[in-house]
Amino acid sequence: MLLDALLLQLGYNATLVAIGAALLGTAAGITGTFLFLRKRALVSDAVSHATLPGVCIAFLLMAFAGGDGRNLAGLLAGSAVSAGIGLWCMNWLTRNTRLAEDAAIGAVLSVFFGFGIVLLTVIQTLGVGRQAGLEGFLLGSTAGMLYSDAVVIAAGGAVTLFLVLVTRRPMTLVAFDPEYAAARGLQVDRIDMLMMGLVMAVTVVGLKIVGLILIVALLIIPAVTARFWTERSEYVVLLAGLFGGVAAYLGAALSASAPNLPTGPLIVLVSFALFALSLFLAPNRGVLAAVLRHMRFQRRVHLRQGLLALAQGQAIYESLTLRLLRRADLVRADGVATGKGKVRAAKALRDEQRWEVVRSDVTQEAAAALYDGLRDIETVLTRDQIQEIDRRIGGPREVVS
Amino acid sequence: MSGEEFVPLSLTPMLIGIFAAIACALPGNFLLLRRQALIGDAISHVVLPGIVVAFLMTGMIAAWPMMLGAAGAAIVAVVMIEAIRRLGRIEPGAAMGVVFTTMFAGGVLLLEQTDTSTVHLDVEHALYGNLESLIWLDATGWASLLDPQALRYLPSELPRMALTLLGVCLFTTLFWRALKISTFDEGFARTMGIRTNLLGLGLVITAAVAAVAAFDAVGSIIVIAMFICPPAAARMMTNRLEAQIAWSVLYAVLSAVLGYVLAGFGPLWLGGGDAVSAAGMIATVSGVILAITARFGPCRGRSGAPATA
Repeated sequence: MLLDALLLQLGYNATLVAIGAALLGTAAGITGTFLFLRKRALVSDAVSHATLPGVCIAFLLMAFAGGDGRNLAGLLAGSAVSAGIGLWCMNWLTRNTRLAEDAAIGAVLSVFFGFGIVLLTVIQTLGVGRQAGLEGFLLGSTAGMLYSDAVVIAAGGAVTLFLVLVTRRPMTLVAFDPEYAAARGLQVDRIDMLMMGLVMAVTVVGLKIVGLILIVALLIIPAVTARFWTERSEYVVLLAGLFGGVAAYLGAALSASAPNLPTGPLIVLVSFALFALSLFLAPNRGVLAAVLRHMRFQRRVHLRQGLLALAQGQAIYESLTLRLLRRADLVRADGVATGKGKVRAAKALRDEQRWEVVRSDVTQEAAAALYDGLRDIETVLTRDQIQEIDRRIGGPREVVS
Repeated sequence: MSGEEFVPLSLTPMLIGIFAAIACALPGNFLLLRRQALIGDAISHVVLPGIVVAFLMTGMIAAWPMMLGAAGAAIVAVVMIEAIRRLGRIEPGAAMGVVFTTMFAGGVLLLEQTDTSTVHLDVEHALYGNLESLIWLDATGWASLLDPQALRYLPSELPRMALTLLGVCLFTTLFWRALKISTFDEGFARTMGIRTNLLGLGLVITAAVAAVAAFDAVGSIIVIAMFICPPAAARMMTNRLEAQIAWSVLYAVLSAVLGYVLAGFGPLWLGGGDAVSAAGMIATVSGVILAITARFGPCRGRSGAPATA
C-alpha cells in the first residue's frame, strides 16, 4: 500500500494531490529560504492565519449568491484578499507605530484568526450552504477532494514555482544585503512586497493540503534544513526546494496510504525528520561534525602534552594521553618511550623552545600570534629562519628516560 | 437582565474570561518589551501534544493531568528551541517556527490516530475553547454567591483561573524591580547582581503557566491575542511601565467583557439566532482596541514622544 502510494498508484486524485504537494513544497522551500535569510521567517505565520476570515467571507458571499459556497478557487481568492489585508496591517503597524515586527505579527495573527473563528460560528449558525468542508482549512484535508480542487492546487503550485524561479536573483540580493541592492538600483520595497506576495501565494495554495496553521512549517523548516548543508546561497535555495518537495511528496503519499493520517501534519513531520537528520549529520555545521572536530582537537592537545612530558622525563598519569601515545606506538606499556617516541618527544620540546624564541622576539610578532601550542613551527617559519633560531638555542640534547 | 439569568449563565464565563485575559496580559507586557511577543503563540501551539499525551496516558479528560501534560510540553518546547538555536546556530524566530509547528503537527497526528470520538477532545476545541459552556447551573441569583451549597458546583475552571491570576500577580509584584530593570537594560541589571537568565526563564515559565491555565478554560486563540494585543495597545498610550500595565489590564478586561457580550447578544440585536464564538469575539475586540490606539494613541510614534499636530 505504501509502495503503491509512493509510486502514484492510488488513483487519479491521490496522484494529483501528491504531485501538487510536491510542487507546492518546492515552491514553499525556495520562497521560505529568502524569508529565512531576510530573518523574517515568522511573518508567514501572520499571513497564513490571516487567510481565515477571507475564506469565511468568500464562502458566505458565494453561498448567498446561490452558489455551492465550496468552490475552491473562490475560497482561495478570498483567502488571498484577507491575507493581503493582514500583511498590509502588519506593515502599517511596524512602520507607523513603535511596535516591533514580532508584536505586529502576533497581533495580526491572533486578531484575524479570532475574527475568522467568529465568522466560522456565524456560518455554522446560519446553516447556509454545506459548510462541512470549511474546518478542513484549519488543518488541511485532502480526503474527499474533488478532481477540480486537485487541478487548482497542482496548477497553483506550478505557477508559484515558476514565479519563484523567475525572480530568484533580485530576491537573493535583497535577502543578503538590502543596502547594496538599493545601491545597485533595485527597488527593495517592491522586492520585499514580491517576496510577501509569493509567501501569500504559497499559503493560499497550501491551505487545502496543509491547512493554515501548519503551512508556516513548509516555509521555515526546509530553508533551515538546507542551511546546514552549505554556505552558498544558490545551493541553499536549491536544497530547500528539494527538501520541501521531497517532504511534501512523502507526506502526501504516506497520508494516502492509510486512513486517519492527515496530510498536513505528516508533511510537517517528514520535514522535521529531514531537519533532525541534517542537524546531526550535516558536514561542518552538524552536531556530529562538531563533536568529531572537538574530539580531534582534544586528541591533538593530549598527544602534544604527552610528548612534552616524555621529553622532560615527567611521568604521565592521564589515561587518555597514555592510550593515545601507546596507540601511536610512542610509548611501551610500562610508560617508557620507544625509539620513535623519543624522536617525536625531542622534536616537540625543541619546537616549543623555538616558539619561545619566536615569541620573545618583537620582530616576529606576526608569526608569534599564530602560536597555540599545537601548530608545527615549520608551517609558520621558513627553514632559514628555523636554522637561525636553532643557532641561538644551541645543538640538540639527548632525551632522558 | 435580572440576577436570576445573569448569575448562572453569564457571570462565570465572564469572570473566567476576565481572569484569563489579565493573567495573559500581565506577563505579555514584559514579553512585548523584550521582543519575545511570539512566545505566547508558540506555547499555545505546543500544549496540544501535551494534552493529547496526557489523555492517552490517563485515558480520561481531567484537568490536572492535562495541565501537567501541557506544562510538560511547554517545557519540552522551550528546551528544544534553545537546543536547536544553540546546536544549529539558527536565529530564534526560525528555531521557534520549527519547534512549534512540529509539535503541533505531532499533536494533531496523535489525536487523529487515537479514538477520541467518545470524549470531548478535538483540535477545534483546543483552538477556540468553549467559554460559553462554563455555566453555573446551580445558581439562582445573586444570593447564590453566598450559598455554600451552590458554590460547590461552581465550574472548576473559575477557581483555577483565579489561582493562576493570583500567581501571576504575585510573580509580577515580587520581582517587579528586577523585571523592570532587566527588561529595559539587561547589562545594567547584570552588573547589579540580578540573575537575568533565571529571571527571563521565570518570566517564560509564568507566561506558560498562564497560557496553559487559560488554554484549558478558553482555548488558545484568546491566549495569543491577550498576550499581545492589550499590552501593544497600552504601549501606544504611555511611556511609563506602571501606566502601561494599568492600561493593558483595563484593555484586557474591556476586551473580555465587550467580547463576551457582543458574542452572546450581538447576533440577537442584528436579528440573528444563536451566539457566535466568544473566544473569537474577544480576540476581535482586542484587535479593534489595538487598531484605535495605534491610530490615535498619544505615544504611538517610534520616538516615544507624544505625537504633535
